[in-house]
Amino acid sequence: MVKKISKLLRTSSEIVPRDKFYTPGSSRGFLDLVNQRFLLKLLVAKEVKVRYRGSYLGQVWTYIKPFVLFLIYFMFVGYVMGGNDRVYNFGIYLFAGLSLVQFFNEVFRNCTISLRSNAALVRKIYLPRELFPIAAWRVALTHFIPQFVILLVASFVIAFSSHPVNLFFLDFKHILAFCLGILLISLFAIGAGMIFATINVFYRDAENLVEVITMCSTWISPVLYDYRLFSEIAPHWFYNIFMCSPISAAVELFHYAFVYDRNFRGDRWAIPVHWVYAANFIPYTLIAFGISGVFLVVGQILFHRFEGRFAQEL
Amino acid sequence: MKLFGKTMTPDPEVVVDIQNLQKLFKLHHNYSLKDSFVNLFTRSNIHKTMFTALNDINLQVHRGEAVGLIGRNGSGKSTLLKQITGVQRPDAGSVRVKGKMAGLIEVGAGFHPDLTGRENIYLNGAILGMSKNEIEQKFDEIVEFSGQAKFIDTEVRFYSSGMYMRLAFSVAIHTEPDLFLVDEVLSVGDNEFRKKCIQKLFELKNENRTFMIVSHSENQIRQICDRVVWLHHGIIMADGTPDEVYPKMNAFQS
Ligand SMILES: Nc1ncnc2c1ncn2[C@@H]1O[C@H](COP(=O)(O)OP(=O)(O)OP(=O)(O)O)[C@@H](O)[C@H]1O
Ligand SMILES: [Mg+2]
Repeated sequence: MVKKISKLLRTSSEIVPRDKFYTPGSSRGFLDLVNQRFLLKLLVAKEVKVRYRGSYLGQVWTYIKPFVLFLIYFMFVGYVMGGNDRVYNFGIYLFAGLSLVQFFNEVFRNCTISLRSNAALVRKIYLPRELFPIAAWRVALTHFIPQFVILLVASFVIAFSSHPVNLFFLDFKHILAFCLGILLISLFAIGAGMIFATINVFYRDAENLVEVITMCSTWISPVLYDYRLFSEIAPHWFYNIFMCSPISAAVELFHYAFVYDRNFRGDRWAIPVHWVYAANFIPYTLIAFGISGVFLVVGQILFHRFEGRFAQEL
Repeated sequence: MKLFGKTMTPDPEVVVDIQNLQKLFKLHHNYSLKDSFVNLFTRSNIHKTMFTALNDINLQVHRGEAVGLIGRNGSGKSTLLKQITGVQRPDAGSVRVKGKMAGLIEVGAGFHPDLTGRENIYLNGAILGMSKNEIEQKFDEIVEFSGQAKFIDTEVRFYSSGMYMRLAFSVAIHTEPDLFLVDEVLSVGDNEFRKKCIQKLFELKNENRTFMIVSHSENQIRQICDRVVWLHHGIIMADGTPDEVYPKMNAFQS
């Protein structure tokens, strides 16, 4: 067993059998990536470097873009449309959901174009093709981390100023909700991204469809408004579908991690409204995980099925 | 092999085994859903749109051999190498290999113009299957062989095409592959570098490594290869020593 694992962990150059025939280009899916961690790291570094090459502000743009988006929404949805009065702590609420949806958009978009943007490599050298969507995910993750830090600091400040005791809000439940949110959205975005990446090799329409989906993603999840607002106006069945979507479920996990629970203790909201919702919170999240799992499995199967044709079609 | 009860010298070990390989390509590509939708309904002669790039290829390459692949443009040489590296998969038949491969289907395939020479050495080394330690160990050797020490921290986009090729070739040749697939890369670089490359290839050959080389230069093939395979329209027309194959091909073409 130990031998098997250590064999898996060895670098790819050592793992190629020298005295046994093997069929070139046969992959074991994600398992192959275990041996390619160094290459994965370099591919991620390349993407990050190339993206901001020749720009004066460079990486600072990863802060500016989401911040501008946040400001616009905060002013117009928060003040003009009255989100501030309806949702407690609207700033944090908005930023938590928005950063997660932005993360989803980026992973989804980057995964979809990952094979095409690395066409030179895919066409000429055999590498486990899963490398490209996974590298795209890792790139998005590096962009997400600064947003996360801002979020964490902001919610700390607010929690502390409103209720000093709540400094201990970073308990196990919240950290778990945060991790689950990231996991859920990653599984979903990578799965969907692999499906669209495969289609995109054959039909470029996939790229455009992804643009449309990412345009809508902020609006079809409880980011700019409260889920209660939606439950009041939408038919029940539609509301259920809406809440089961992995994006909504992940956004709610983030809301839970950063906004909800801690503000209900002794705050101006006498009744913890969130608890009403909490009854369905867990089933919604479980279903969302199920959906993400299906997407990932279908994505991997499609990828595997058409992988042999990627090189010649690109 | 036993012949009349006498044991003859054993065959050298086969490292590339290709059986009944066939590769088809589409002649017409549809890039949008609309096009393929239209095709679905019009059913325009699907069979005429397929093209046989390789047909019933059987080839065994032994350890330590240097095989030259020759033939006209579009005869399927690069396609054959691509089936061996696993970049593409055959439509019928099988390919099996032993040992580590370095495929130079095109030099510098893994190079990115926006990265420096140094970064590209790391990236390309890893792409060709080297570990971090291996790359660090060989780094100086690679730079020295390429002769680009001065420009190593310059972005590759500012390299001349020859400089670019030198660096790419140096990386590939230092990955220590068991099987080395070279596609028309010896034709780049100046005379001095080409000589250096050929010398390096001889060194590797003496270490009992295996080569498959595509080249349109008869001189180069004769210099390096002891066996030549002539492809024509995806079919192996002849397979033997350069002295056997070249006259056949020249006679056929004139
Ligand atoms: N991805 C592809 N899609 C469709 N047709 C292809 C594809 N790749 C190669 N072909 C076709 O297969 C045939 C063989 O091409 P290949 O590149 O193997 O030729 P070659 O022998 O390497 O020629 P050259 O000496 O010019 O390099 C050509 O007719 C080419 O048009
Ligand atoms: Mg060619």
